[in-house]
Amino acid sequence: MDMEFRAEDLAFQAEVRQFIGENLPLDLQEKVARGLHLEKDDYVLWQQKLNQRGWFAPHWPVDLGGVEWTPTQHFLFQNEQVEANCPPIMPFGVRMVAPVIFTYGSAEQKQRFLPSILDSTAWWCQGYSEPGSGSDLASLQTKAVREGDHYIVNGTKTWTTLAQHADWIFCLVRTSSDSKPQEGISFLLIDMTTPGIDVTPIITIDGSHEVNSVFFTDVRVPVENLIGEENKGWTYAKFLLLFERSNSLTGSLKQQLHRLRSVAGQERSGGLSLMADPAFAAQLADYEVQLRTYEFLELRTLGNSQPGAEASYLKIIGTDLQQLASELTLQAVAYYGNPYIHDALVHGYNEPAVGPEYAAPSAPQYFNYRKTAIYAGSNEIQRNILSKAVLGM
Amino acid sequence: MDFSLSEEQQMLKDSVQRFIRDEYELEARRKLVASDVGYSEANWAKMAELGWLALSLPEEYGGIGGGAVDTMVLMEEFGRGLVVEPYMTSIVIGGGFLMAGGSAAQKTELLPKLAAGELKLAFAYAERQSRFDLNDVECKAEKSGDGYKISGHKGVVFHAATADKIIVSARTSGGSRDADGITLFLVDNNCSGLTRRDYPTVDGLRASELEMDGVTVAADAVLGSVGGGAALMEEVVGQAIAAICAEAVGCMDVLQETTNEYLKTRVQFGVPLSKFQVLQHRMVDMFMECEQARSMCYMVNLKVGDEDPVERAKSVSAAKVQIGNSGRFVGQQSVQLHGGMGMTDELHVGHYFKRLTMIDTMFGNKDHHLKRYADL
Repeated sequence: MDMEFRAEDLAFQAEVRQFIGENLPLDLQEKVARGLHLEKDDYVLWQQKLNQRGWFAPHWPVDLGGVEWTPTQHFLFQNEQVEANCPPIMPFGVRMVAPVIFTYGSAEQKQRFLPSILDSTAWWCQGYSEPGSGSDLASLQTKAVREGDHYIVNGTKTWTTLAQHADWIFCLVRTSSDSKPQEGISFLLIDMTTPGIDVTPIITIDGSHEVNSVFFTDVRVPVENLIGEENKGWTYAKFLLLFERSNSLTGSLKQQLHRLRSVAGQERSGGLSLMADPAFAAQLADYEVQLRTYEFLELRTLGNSQPGAEASYLKIIGTDLQQLASELTLQAVAYYGNPYIHDALVHGYNEPAVGPEYAAPSAPQYFNYRKTAIYAGSNEIQRNILSKAVLGM
Repeated sequence: MDFSLSEEQQMLKDSVQRFIRDEYELEARRKLVASDVGYSEANWAKMAELGWLALSLPEEYGGIGGGAVDTMVLMEEFGRGLVVEPYMTSIVIGGGFLMAGGSAAQKTELLPKLAAGELKLAFAYAERQSRFDLNDVECKAEKSGDGYKISGHKGVVFHAATADKIIVSARTSGGSRDADGITLFLVDNNCSGLTRRDYPTVDGLRASELEMDGVTVAADAVLGSVGGGAALMEEVVGQAIAAICAEAVGCMDVLQETTNEYLKTRVQFGVPLSKFQVLQHRMVDMFMECEQARSMCYMVNLKVGDEDPVERAKSVSAAKVQIGNSGRFVGQQSVQLHGGMGMTDELHVGHYFKRLTMIDTMFGNKDHHLKRYADL
């Protein structure tokens, strides 16, 4: 047992740092550091830089563009990016649909879809949740009826993240209602420009437009866009979850902590820095202990390269900590959590800030981060998974 | 980075597990706790024979030269068995002090005996007013001829009654809460001027109150440098915290496994309790606390020897906070989920709960270490 980074890990870390230093534009770095809204081009720019270096899809098979890294290298790679304020990777293409395509797709599908995911010329979104199907995903009702060489798709998907930018959507659709709900689901790739698709924004409590409703009215999807076998989509969806779960949160949590400490260091309380306020200092120390615990829990769990259901606890604890950091940051700015000027959250706002510049994103982020315990399987669903799959209850 | 045990460590773990299975049935432990000395001298001899007492001690003094992770493996299993032998006080702390601060003569004389099970040590540091501050020392040691005369009170000294020598912190200079001016002494038990009041603890161990009234020791009883006891205590107590975290992890795992098993067998309203979602989620929360505690236990045992004193202290305090929080939750919920049965002395659950509760008070509770972490 040891927790030394080996010499080759440290060399790798230095290589990643150097790459980021040479390739991340300073204005983009500042946008991320300040917690401002990112545009589509911001994400694409960074993803393409990574791809030019061969690092955009490190978890893919090597012959398709992946890299053979150890779990430690994956950990370092993700954390270095976050600590250097790189834009986050949009997971829907590279981390979510791509593994399904290269595992269950046909040779033709791999050829057709993977290159544009790698070079970020295709933006993907995820069509899972529906108005009547949240935690009970298998009850989904969006129907795909076979008609000659096409499926005719009707229904509604919701909470579709950044669908406003998307060229493609991967959807779970119902192709049979004959047996158990899980057994009549298929995995379909749909071109967002197909007639009959309507995307309408859902504005969330923080005032942002991240998620959408996507309506399908008699949308014609060629049958060659079906992944694997008809009615086996649930299996592929569960496989996708495994990839989703191997995501590290330690880096982004540390970045939140940096921001929190920087804010608290500039705030005053009782004539001293807020950091010297005993009540705040105790909460901050408590948070730091929890974060340190999470970091080592994550290292232990993801060190087993492909974690099983026990990785659900990383989702629960990690998102709890994301929420807690955003809450402490909001508390730290006190009254200046109140002002809300939407344009101040966008890069290039020219008016002077109301109050300290760092205060503006704190309340929106606090409200926005309530989502983390709800999305990707609510934390209650994660507890259901753990109790059944790990504790055998 | 690697969190797996070596082959030797796995063998050690297996061997301790066998010992616990053979010697530490709840009824056997109950008898030990009720006996005169409170543990088994035969077990102690067996631990010496199996090399466990020598494990962490240096090879040149009859030890095996193991590190913190080896001690961790042992302590985790001791936690699973609720072992009452004075391993922590005698070997981890006593041996730790000798290794970190002992003179060549002290090491040569005492370490081989410690490794062989022929010598036991205890550590007297807490005082009525000191709470968890190791440096709040009013007990005085005054120069007297070539040696010292020690006077004062020491509270809750674990396993003092059966120790051959007691390591005592006393002030040789400075104000009562100064870090400078604390000196450690090796004091013979039952020496003149030392009176003990021995008693059992709530979790089945033994401890004593010590009154020292002009206890005379020679100059060679000083352990470490005169006035330099604070740094020595910080180092060794850090090691003790790393070890007790492992004991706590062992306790928690037993509670988590036992409670899960109980929920699957106990039927109410016509179904096993494990079918109720509210209990499933509680059980998952217990499981997560166990996993977090284990992560911090590994972390602190890997970092307790770190060269950077701030990083070392932060690791120690962070681990103690997490162990305190996790131990409280797992202990309380184990009793709660066992219902009335959890309240009985007959069931082992309560005994683990009591041990975990007392572990939080050892070497500073979670509030103390949270404050220390914040101040670092």
